[in-house]
Amino acid sequence: MDFLRPTSWRDALEAKAHHPDATPIAGGTDVMVEINFDHRRPTSLLDLTGIDELASWSEHGGKLRIGAGLPYTRLIDELGDRLPGLAIAARTVGSPQIRNRGTLGGNLASASPAGDGHPPLLASGAEVEVESVRGTRLLPVEEFFTGVKRHALASDELISAVHIAPATGAQQFSKIGTRNAMVIAVCTFAIALHPERQRVGTGLGSAAPTPLRAIEAEEFLSGELADSGQWDSPRPLDDSVVRQFGDLVARAASPIDDVRSTADYRTHALGVMARRTLGWVWDEYRNHPSSTGRPECA
Amino acid sequence: MSDHAPARSPQDLDDSIAGGIGESPTRPDGALKVRGEYAYASDLWAEDMLWGATLRSPHPYARIRSIDIGPALATPGVYAVLTHSDVPGENLYGLKIVDQPVLAVDVVRYRGEAVALVAADHPETARRAMERIEVDYEVLEPITDPELAAHDTTLPELHPGGNVVRHQPIVKGDPEASADVVVSGLYTLGMQDQAFLGPEAGLAVPAPDGGVDLYLATQDLHSDRKQTAQALGLPPEKVRMTMSGVGGAFGGREDLSIQVHCSMLALHTGKPVKMVYDREESFHGHVHRHPAKMYYEHGATRDGDLVYVRATLYFDGGAYASKTPVVVGNGTTLGIGPYAVPNVRIEGWGLYTNNPPCGAMRGLGAVQPALAYEAQMDKLADALGMDPVEVRIRNALSQGGTTPTGQVLDYPAPVAELLDRVRRLPLPAEHDSAPADIRDLPGGASNTTHGEGVVRGIGYGVCIKNICYAEGADDYSTARVRLQIIGGEPLAVVHTAAAEVGQGLVTVQQQIARTELGVERVNIHPNDTDVGPAGSSSASRQTYVTGGAVRNACEAVRDVLLQRVAARSGESIGDLSLSGGKVVSSATGVLADLADVIGDDVIEETREYHHRETYPLDEELGTSERAQVQHAFSAHRAVVDVDTELGLVKVVQLDCSQDVGKAMNPEAVIGQIQGGSAQGLGLAVMEEIRVDGGTIRNASFTDYLIPTILDMPPMNIDVIERADPNSPYGVRGVGEPPTISSTPAVVAAIRAATGKALTHTPVAPEHIIADIPR
Repeated sequence: MDFLRPTSWRDALEAKAHHPDATPIAGGTDVMVEINFDHRRPTSLLDLTGIDELASWSEHGGKLRIGAGLPYTRLIDELGDRLPGLAIAARTVGSPQIRNRGTLGGNLASASPAGDGHPPLLASGAEVEVESVRGTRLLPVEEFFTGVKRHALASDELISAVHIAPATGAQQFSKIGTRNAMVIAVCTFAIALHPERQRVGTGLGSAAPTPLRAIEAEEFLSGELADSGQWDSPRPLDDSVVRQFGDLVARAASPIDDVRSTADYRTHALGVMARRTLGWVWDEYRNHPSSTGRPECA
Repeated sequence: MSDHAPARSPQDLDDSIAGGIGESPTRPDGALKVRGEYAYASDLWAEDMLWGATLRSPHPYARIRSIDIGPALATPGVYAVLTHSDVPGENLYGLKIVDQPVLAVDVVRYRGEAVALVAADHPETARRAMERIEVDYEVLEPITDPELAAHDTTLPELHPGGNVVRHQPIVKGDPEASADVVVSGLYTLGMQDQAFLGPEAGLAVPAPDGGVDLYLATQDLHSDRKQTAQALGLPPEKVRMTMSGVGGAFGGREDLSIQVHCSMLALHTGKPVKMVYDREESFHGHVHRHPAKMYYEHGATRDGDLVYVRATLYFDGGAYASKTPVVVGNGTTLGIGPYAVPNVRIEGWGLYTNNPPCGAMRGLGAVQPALAYEAQMDKLADALGMDPVEVRIRNALSQGGTTPTGQVLDYPAPVAELLDRVRRLPLPAEHDSAPADIRDLPGGASNTTHGEGVVRGIGYGVCIKNICYAEGADDYSTARVRLQIIGGEPLAVVHTAAAEVGQGLVTVQQQIARTELGVERVNIHPNDTDVGPAGSSSASRQTYVTGGAVRNACEAVRDVLLQRVAARSGESIGDLSLSGGKVVSSATGVLADLADVIGDDVIEETREYHHRETYPLDEELGTSERAQVQHAFSAHRAVVDVDTELGLVKVVQLDCSQDVGKAMNPEAVIGQIQGGSAQGLGLAVMEEIRVDGGTIRNASFTDYLIPTILDMPPMNIDVIERADPNSPYGVRGVGEPPTISSTPAVVAAIRAATGKALTHTPVAPEHIIADIPR
């Protein structure tokens, strides 16, 4: 197995162009597991940890640009106040050791339907910046996932960053696992309020072959809130609205039975998580309508 | 032993930690383990060694038409490819029944059965060569239902003699007795894994005498040696085994794994060969806890006195017998729990199927029925409108009581006292508003509830477990103790074959030697087959039997010393003792320094300890004057918060009262109770090997979950010491009971919170959501 270790982004892109079958590796928390289990035998590994700029973040034009190599620990510590939904999701990733190594870019590259970072990106309408020697493009995150563990990258492209707007309203993330920590998702749900646009964003994980939004649920709730003037003078939500939102989220899912759970349970749990997280973000919005979100207490 | 031990062999342990019996000295291997410096079997290394790999069957049941090793053998870097025809001795082994091939001949009976071996100069080369071995299989329909295996005579016979490994009835009193209040249930238990962290590993070094030196991690060196020598066609003395660091065992290292395979490759190639399983292979390469299906009926008077228990238990042994006979023995004899019941009829079946082989695991055969009989006791309490603890206390077994096999308990059996004590331990605070930290709630770090849907429940469990080997086995251990003067100070060396698997036996051996010989420095010699057998580190027996052997050997050494001094001083030997490195007379005080009495001599004595004889069960009625040498008891109380909408569980508190006879090392006893309780908690809410059509679907720690620190709550632990007059120092086995009573307590607490029947363990979220009310 060849081991390529570029020290600049330009070299990394060149290497990927010359070795299109090279497997990029950052924290290695997915790739090494796959190699150990013999699920894949890359002809070469393209180690991205020597590129300092990949593990950084910056702010441009009101958006955050998160380098693909930024470990979860730094994402939580440095961006948790501005990206509370993503931070809650990041806290559920593995153990502290895994969070020190694992990256959002790696999460995207694995493109697992169970990737913890994906639902908050969907709920916030994030974009994935990908690059090759041919140039750069920005993909809306929902166009990034094309199938189970498959994504829209060309063979010479690498993920360079994620572009995401800082929270303008409350955000939440919830994950079902059969253990109280360090657990792969049975299913996940993310919600984000966008008061400036009077929109609600959602993201579902382990609910279908790819992470996805519950678009009907978003439309329904956004419409209900706007029609009743709730964004300007928020009141407690009607139970019927909360229930309908949960039902629509559950209906958006097409989960499977597998070794971790059943399709029926996943559908049920998505509905419960949708209702609860909606309650949490709406309470927060009612109490702090101008808040830009706050870190979860965990 | 070979002249040169391989690198990363067992290292010397600290011999300078003070502390005798009843104290809690730190472990001599503790600092090494905490610092990551302790050498485990997977760290073994030799110059020029080869790496071994095992080709395993991808089918649960298939005929082998042919095996072509040609392409594998032609792979550069490959030194050997071996099949069944290369097994030098008998191609069969087994702990109780010799039924398992070293390498499959013409049939494979489980997914993962060893078919061929490769030795190569690099592990990846070995792995690639392994994939080039061409095995032509005729796939057969696997038998996967143990109950069918017991009764359906149209099924193929997986072994000569049929699919029943053991069938054992137990009958006491009137097996057809009737009662006013009757409760019944069907309970099932999934397959639990020992989940030790150190995978199977060893290094075999061919010896000039044609034999082999094997460095490995095991629970029982002599049992391994006997089976390995038989398969290699070598006399036992030419198969020498040395213990390397054991990364956990819990029963999973009682059966052979790498032993014969690694030795075959080393003998064939003339080079040292190392084998290490990866995690996935480990799941296929060791036995698991027997899944069980258990039909129970309890009858009681309206006052709550048990009249009868009738039960039928099916234990799925999988493809090979391993410890199935013992599981059936324990499961039936202990099948009614620690209760006094006048009329009993229990039938236990241990079966062959094409599921993964099952064998020893902590709580062997006693874990399964405890889930059923404790659920039944709660059901009975419910039917009677009584408190669940009161029903248990009312029917509790006690000293002088009789087991279903007719054995009279001639030692303390404080079952009622344990129950009463555990219920009096302090309860956690009720939380009326959501706790500040989501990690204290069901779902924990996953942020699934801020208090919504959360209901608290409390449940109890109590259990009985036999300690040591039973049913007529000559159960003994051997210890060699050497005393000499090194650097002007007396140094005792204790040499046994008893495996330190994490339980702290090395510490207890040091403590016994310090107390018995009155010396400070005690060195533990590495375990090997140069000393007599110790038996397995299982059945909660090592402190009992090896502790007894070390005591006996120390007493023999002491006698030699005291006789010398008595002869010299003219004092009566009965007045003399050893203390603080000196010989002391109760009449005249200090008589001599040990350094002077011993001089340049080396005083060495070897002794065995055999426990009281036990006897087999009657084949028809299960009666036996003494089937088991000792019983141990523990009681748990679990407090859980259940998210009733999502089915997620947080065990808030798990408390235990246990009788340990004598706490040789009180801190280590607490550690055993904590560890056992965690393993039982895991079985209650998450640990299950999912087997589908004979194939394991979650052979990894990604999907076979064990509790983390966020799942395991704080414990109140209440240890009592009611000495057993028959055992050394009055000890009672500690390791297994807390694994047994914790699981039913947690499940009972979840039932209390949810009102659901929950007849399958482990309880999964989907069970809580979907299950029927009880």
